Amino acid sequence: MATAAPAPKVNHIGLPILDYRGGKSTLCAGCGHNAISERIIDALYEMGVEPERVMKMSGIGCSSKSPAYFLSRSHSFNGVHGRMPAIATGAILANHTMTTIGVSGDGDTASIGMGQFVHLMRRNLPMIYIIEDNGVYGLTKGQFSATADLGSRLKTGVVNDLPAIDTCALAIQLGATFVGRSFSGDKKQLLSMLKAALAHKGTVMLDVISPCVTFNDHEGSTKSYKFMQENDEPINEIGFVASFDEIAVDYDSGEIFEVEMHDGSNLRLRKLHEKYDPTDKANAVRTLMEAHENNEILTGVFYINTTKPTFIDQLNLVNEPLGTLPESLTRPPKSALDTLMNALK
Amino acid sequence: MATGDPALGDVQGATNTRQRVTNDFSINVATVNGSGSQSANSVLLKSIFGMGVPVSGKNLFPSNIAGQPTWFLIRASKDGYVARKRDSEILVALNPETAQDDVQALPPGGVAIYEENLKLDQARGNVIFYPVPFDKLTAAICPEVKLRKLVKNMVYVGVVAQLLAIDMAVVESNLRRQFAKKQKVFDLNFGGVKTGFDYAQANLTKRDPFFIEKMNKTAGKIIIDGNAACGMGAVFAGVTVVAWYPITPSTSVIESTTDLLKKLRVTPEGNATFAVIQSEDELAAIGMVLGAGWAGARAMTSTSGPGMSLMAEFCGLGYYAEIPGVIINVQRTGPSTGMPTRTQQADLLSAAFLSHGDTRHPILLPGSVKECFELTQAAFDLAERMQTPVFLLTDLDLGMNNWMSEPFDYPAKPLDRGKVLTAEDLERLGGFVRYRDVDGDAIGWRTLPGTRHPKASYFTRGSGHTDTAQYTENPVEYQAVMDRLTRKFENMRKLVPAPVVVRNGSSKIGFLAFGSTDCALTECLDQIKQRYAKDVDYLRIRAFPFAQAIHDFVASHERIYVVEQNRDAQLASLLKLDLPAAQVTKLRSILHYNGMPVDAESITQQFALQEGL
Repeated sequence: MATAAPAPKVNHIGLPILDYRGGKSTLCAGCGHNAISERIIDALYEMGVEPERVMKMSGIGCSSKSPAYFLSRSHSFNGVHGRMPAIATGAILANHTMTTIGVSGDGDTASIGMGQFVHLMRRNLPMIYIIEDNGVYGLTKGQFSATADLGSRLKTGVVNDLPAIDTCALAIQLGATFVGRSFSGDKKQLLSMLKAALAHKGTVMLDVISPCVTFNDHEGSTKSYKFMQENDEPINEIGFVASFDEIAVDYDSGEIFEVEMHDGSNLRLRKLHEKYDPTDKANAVRTLMEAHENNEILTGVFYINTTKPTFIDQLNLVNEPLGTLPESLTRPPKSALDTLMNALK
Repeated sequence: MATGDPALGDVQGATNTRQRVTNDFSINVATVNGSGSQSANSVLLKSIFGMGVPVSGKNLFPSNIAGQPTWFLIRASKDGYVARKRDSEILVALNPETAQDDVQALPPGGVAIYEENLKLDQARGNVIFYPVPFDKLTAAICPEVKLRKLVKNMVYVGVVAQLLAIDMAVVESNLRRQFAKKQKVFDLNFGGVKTGFDYAQANLTKRDPFFIEKMNKTAGKIIIDGNAACGMGAVFAGVTVVAWYPITPSTSVIESTTDLLKKLRVTPEGNATFAVIQSEDELAAIGMVLGAGWAGARAMTSTSGPGMSLMAEFCGLGYYAEIPGVIINVQRTGPSTGMPTRTQQADLLSAAFLSHGDTRHPILLPGSVKECFELTQAAFDLAERMQTPVFLLTDLDLGMNNWMSEPFDYPAKPLDRGKVLTAEDLERLGGFVRYRDVDGDAIGWRTLPGTRHPKASYFTRGSGHTDTAQYTENPVEYQAVMDRLTRKFENMRKLVPAPVVVRNGSSKIGFLAFGSTDCALTECLDQIKQRYAKDVDYLRIRAFPFAQAIHDFVASHERIYVVEQNRDAQLASLLKLDLPAAQVTKLRSILHYNGMPVDAESITQQFALQEGL
């Protein structure tokens, strides 16, 4: 008597994790970006997001290649250097019903792309913007980027003498509504953060320290695995309970900052720093600035605001995607033209 | 201001003062910008229009908010010529700063209406002077000092109306339309007009030969500027995403688009079927257009030269990744910042090849406000059909000035949304290959993000790719895509708007031109006929890549004059790249590039010089 093969494990919309995978990575073995791709796959799988309902956006650089390595069943747009925000903005305006994940790098965001990055943050467009942050330009062989810390040293011995741009502090100041920092090596924290990000409505900006094993993983680097393992200072511990999850989590309510997300999920941030309130914008920025003074690398969810209207809300768009509205809704009738013409006679 | 070409000298325009000149002259209203003269100019222009006389207006304004000289040229032409006339016979001198120069620029026998305390009558002879105490007249009827500079403009309208015998009832009805629901404003303004009229009637003796007489040549016609017409075209093309950055002279394209969208494209529930976004710069504007086009929207941006330069990298991506989008460029005078409030046709070459690598773009070239409306719609259809960015090049003259036109026709054909596969299509086909030429038209099928089928997705990239949209550095695979793009571009010759045969008789000589040059060139054909008893043929180009008919036109003539408003003969250069070697030597150029809209006289003179007439 034949025994049926055990059915593959599926998520709550009935898809196996295989349906979330992408092409084989061409990045270096051990690259932090690959770990981030894995966590993105896990998060989308666990959240039960339909792959066809996701848009993957990226700019140029090692990080920006990575959308090819997850979610093959999603449309993807690998644009031009530093300009992913504009393309993503246009795509979201055309179809605001999608889940949009943008992957950028520190060069792609904090140097060439700074002009577009800051304006994306201001608009609070519903998307997840991930910076795979390694402090160097990989594809051009290891020049410093603008997120490299002051005093950080290249393999060649060159020391960075300019201050780092803190993309999280910027994003908070400018209007992003979910801002956090994580480390590609911290599976649990990154996965929870990504799942919460998927439940959020508005701009999520995640700066994920992602060591470059080829150009920035040596002694003297502040973006190496070793440095992060030794200096990663979580500000809170992230627990995420999806709306469809019924698992009860034990926690001491006094220690927890609880956030109800748009889709009914719960984000539970256990306070590791004294009295850290992630809804206090000014305090969030001050905490980040103080961490720089103390040479600390803070991680965790720094800021969250679930009430601010998104850009789509402000535009008051129809529920359907603009891109596929029928002609009957987009071309005014002849009577409208006649009226306009008569007024010009 | 000497609105003529100083280079060509003050040779023509001599007016015989004894002979009555009816419905065929130009008025130059010289004011200061920010003085609110626009309403008055508009009322005067529309009053002449209301008298049934073909009319055109050209606003020569500075790149400045207030206090700099501005000239508004109104041309009445019984023959329907709407190009700038090189000389204006009548001057309304309200700007003390430029009054002396303005008066010197009048042709012999010209007329100067001026603020009496400027004492212009001592400036020169052979001009008919009408001093008017504008300030005193205005002060008497307008106690509010703040409003006086506005009312003063209406006083000049009254003076001009009386001198030219424009029917006051027509002026009144136009003024009423202008201030539709504001009775008090109307009263104040019409009071100004009447004061001017009465003053002229009582105090000025008509000594000039210029008159406006009723005709019936404007019945049923409309007056509109090209930018408003483009905006209207976009709305009737079903535009859904508009991304833009303010820049003169294209800003009003978006303003009119937005106004119409708010009026016509809100659902009964109050939701918008459009998104308009003012971006951080032109790089972002074109990026948003491409993102939106990729995701299925009819997306557009509008800009001018400097903005288009910034869009270069993205336009290459649009070309290579094959994404639809419409870019309207209302050309201004370059290079660099150039003269932002002056006109030119000098972005043709940069639009055609905008971006690095082997990139080329289709360009549509409207020659009238009606074509601004029609070709904007055509641009959206072409962009989606060919899956590529499409440029629409107008210019400041066409875009920002008022033009008389036949009313626009409602589009006859449904929107062409191009080759897009749905989930049902994919189910039936079992999949698709994004960049494969399965139909022999060099256009692949595309899918939109959100299409619920496991085989719907593909990876869009500006890096080297195969027909399956995979990354490649393989020479054969790379070249195959590039060669298909060449075929696609070649196929567009048949799809773009065909050239317009203005005249194709038995002449050995032909004109080629595009865009706003048309109005001067059609007038020039008549001048050549009158002066030299010569018929010259003329084909107006409306798109790049060039249709076969353009090649045929060149082949069937001995000499071709390419008339264009730029220094470097950009249209002629593009033609030379396209034409067979034997045809190239036929091309000659007539160029106009001083920032002023080209006039017929300048073309005729250059033509006569080159032809040895």
